[in-house]
Amino acid sequence: MKKDIILAGVGGQGILSIATVIGEAAMAEGLYIKQAEVHGMSQRGGDVQSNLRIASQPIASDLIPLGGADIIISLEPMEALRYLPYLKPEGWIVTSSVPFVNIDNYPDMTDLTAHLDRLANRVVLDVEALAREAGAPAQAANMVLLGAAVPMLDIELEKIEAGICRIFARKGEEITAKNIAALRAGYDNSKK
Amino acid sequence: MKRLLLGDEAIAQGAIDAGLSGVYAYPGTPSTEITEFIQLHESRRVADAEPIFCRWCVNEKTAMEGALGMSYMGKRAMVCMKHVGLNVAADAFVNSAMTGVNGGLVVVAADDPSMHSSQNEQDSRFYGKFAMMPVMEPSSQQEAYEMIGEAFALSEECRLPVLMRVTTRMAHSRAVVETTSSPRRQNAMKAPDDVRSWILLPAFARRRYATLIEEQSELLRRSESSQHNSYKRGEDPSRGIVACGIAYNYLMENCPDGCRYSVLKISQYPLPEALMERMFADGAREIVVMEEGQPVVEEMMRGMVPDGVAVKGRLTGELPRMGELTPDSVRAALGMEPLERREADDLVVPRPPALCVGCGHRDMYKALNEVAAEYDNARIFGDIGCYTLGALSPFHAIHACVEMGASVTMAKGAADAGQWPSIAVIGDSTFTHSGITGLLDCVNSRSNVVIVISDNLTTGMTGGQDSAGTGRLEDICEGVGVDPAHVRVVVPLPKNMDQIKEVLREEFDYNGVSVVIPRRECIQTLKRHAKQQKKQ
Repeated sequence: MKKDIILAGVGGQGILSIATVIGEAAMAEGLYIKQAEVHGMSQRGGDVQSNLRIASQPIASDLIPLGGADIIISLEPMEALRYLPYLKPEGWIVTSSVPFVNIDNYPDMTDLTAHLDRLANRVVLDVEALAREAGAPAQAANMVLLGAAVPMLDIELEKIEAGICRIFARKGEEITAKNIAALRAGYDNSKK
Repeated sequence: MKRLLLGDEAIAQGAIDAGLSGVYAYPGTPSTEITEFIQLHESRRVADAEPIFCRWCVNEKTAMEGALGMSYMGKRAMVCMKHVGLNVAADAFVNSAMTGVNGGLVVVAADDPSMHSSQNEQDSRFYGKFAMMPVMEPSSQQEAYEMIGEAFALSEECRLPVLMRVTTRMAHSRAVVETTSSPRRQNAMKAPDDVRSWILLPAFARRRYATLIEEQSELLRRSESSQHNSYKRGEDPSRGIVACGIAYNYLMENCPDGCRYSVLKISQYPLPEALMERMFADGAREIVVMEEGQPVVEEMMRGMVPDGVAVKGRLTGELPRMGELTPDSVRAALGMEPLERREADDLVVPRPPALCVGCGHRDMYKALNEVAAEYDNARIFGDIGCYTLGALSPFHAIHACVEMGASVTMAKGAADAGQWPSIAVIGDSTFTHSGITGLLDCVNSRSNVVIVISDNLTTGMTGGQDSAGTGRLEDICEGVGVDPAHVRVVVPLPKNMDQIKEVLREEFDYNGVSVVIPRRECIQTLKRHAKQQKKQ
């Protein structure tokens, strides 16, 4: 088993909590993990990404090569496209459809949607709306996105849920339940 | 125990498990998380456990000296900093090799090739060689964890500080690390037997330098027998790959079934000459040096190879001259075809970082820009921190940014040259790091400058660490000799805009040293504090 994942978004959106949950589940499975993160200046509203690699064999590089990623998981549609050169020809894009506009020259949404629609293996979801429908706060949108990516991860949904339970244990049952509801909402609306 | 740790955290845990008594540091990406991890560990310390000193220092020089003092007393100390911090600490760092150590002393320098969060990509290994210290450069988080303990042991055995050099991808990447269940106890306090080696008077220093030179052959022997340096003959030994630090990972990424060329993995310096000799003896005619950062080893190897052997790498174009290595650049250097990949999408535009919405620096820059526009030729010298982002849209406010504290002294130099108004913008933490001495220069020269200390009560850019002068900035400025009438405090909020601008105008027009302190808590730490309060 070997999955190379690029997590993308804008600084402050919370891509690292997705990585934390996948990492927790992968650790419990006894898998090898490498996860390169972005800290420092770019975190201030700039584009951020994390290279997450999980495998049953030892992993050499902390970085994923160009053309090597199995999945791009993005909390922002333009940020999903930023890492296209890293995606394998048969790789998947799982992204939020909600733009984060903090620059003047953000591309036209119609064009952006058209570019995403050109990709065969894609899941584009309004993760914030799905979080609300699931009775979870907007901060749980990243768990919706993670749920939508679960079918491509080769880690069972139950294992990811167990990871969420362990990570959110300190925050109480209610918050844990809402995050799991958000995860399932994403999973149910995924399509692989 | 198996834990998922950042490279920085693996270093911290390795030091704790090696009997660390004190960590001395100033925050700087990508090194900050080492000290933060130890602080977290210390905050959860059980009553009977030995304490570890872990309070932030004012700058890297005071950190290096504090650690040297702890080492003097026989305890194990670690100093952590980003690469440019080593410039600040350089005097103490280089001379710590002259004094040598008593308790183990490890200096961790985290380099930032590709300048993700830095102003240059200087390579700390040069400093190690310059100071004639052993240097360690781990290739994995696990190796980093284990190496720290070995570095302390090496430091105590050779009586020298050890430099551990990491780069961004090691510092900020997580991996599963197996940690020990039986940590070492801290050293007991014990002053040095002979103080002469610690007194660098020329007569004593000459003896110490001779000892340091003598010690080099022992450092070489240890490097050559280190388990972290290894040589493997390839099926095609005419080519030799020298892979330093994490470059080894990129090599292995491209050769999952083993490299067909001879491979020399280097994670400890001085360069293991005996291993290199074996590579030459096996028939290597071309050496490709893969190293993160500057071509330190490549340059050295040029002087070490036999006649007719070519040395290639960053200097010859096999690898890019600047920027961090990637699996792709290493793949190309191996002569392998790139993986199939898609074109970049032409809709995607850059998204540069920006000051947070609601940040006090924003209000400060708005006022400063508007007042500066009322003068013909205002010059604003910036400094290192979040507020350096004032150089970008929408403010385009600063006209220079060089290194920690330079805003104050460059504004002074410009004023000396006849510039008016000459303005410095510096953060509170950067001011205490390296701005106070410059301010004293201004006072002594009666320079016509306005020093804006944008005080957000924290070290913001690195994530909100304690700032050394919080609550005492006015006292510090007045103590240095600034006229109290020209130490002005304002609250940077949109509703105070007129008042802030008036204060700035008055101080622009005052012929002398002015300090204006716009003070409002960092929006990020404010949120964090509100959350903590809610919990309690």
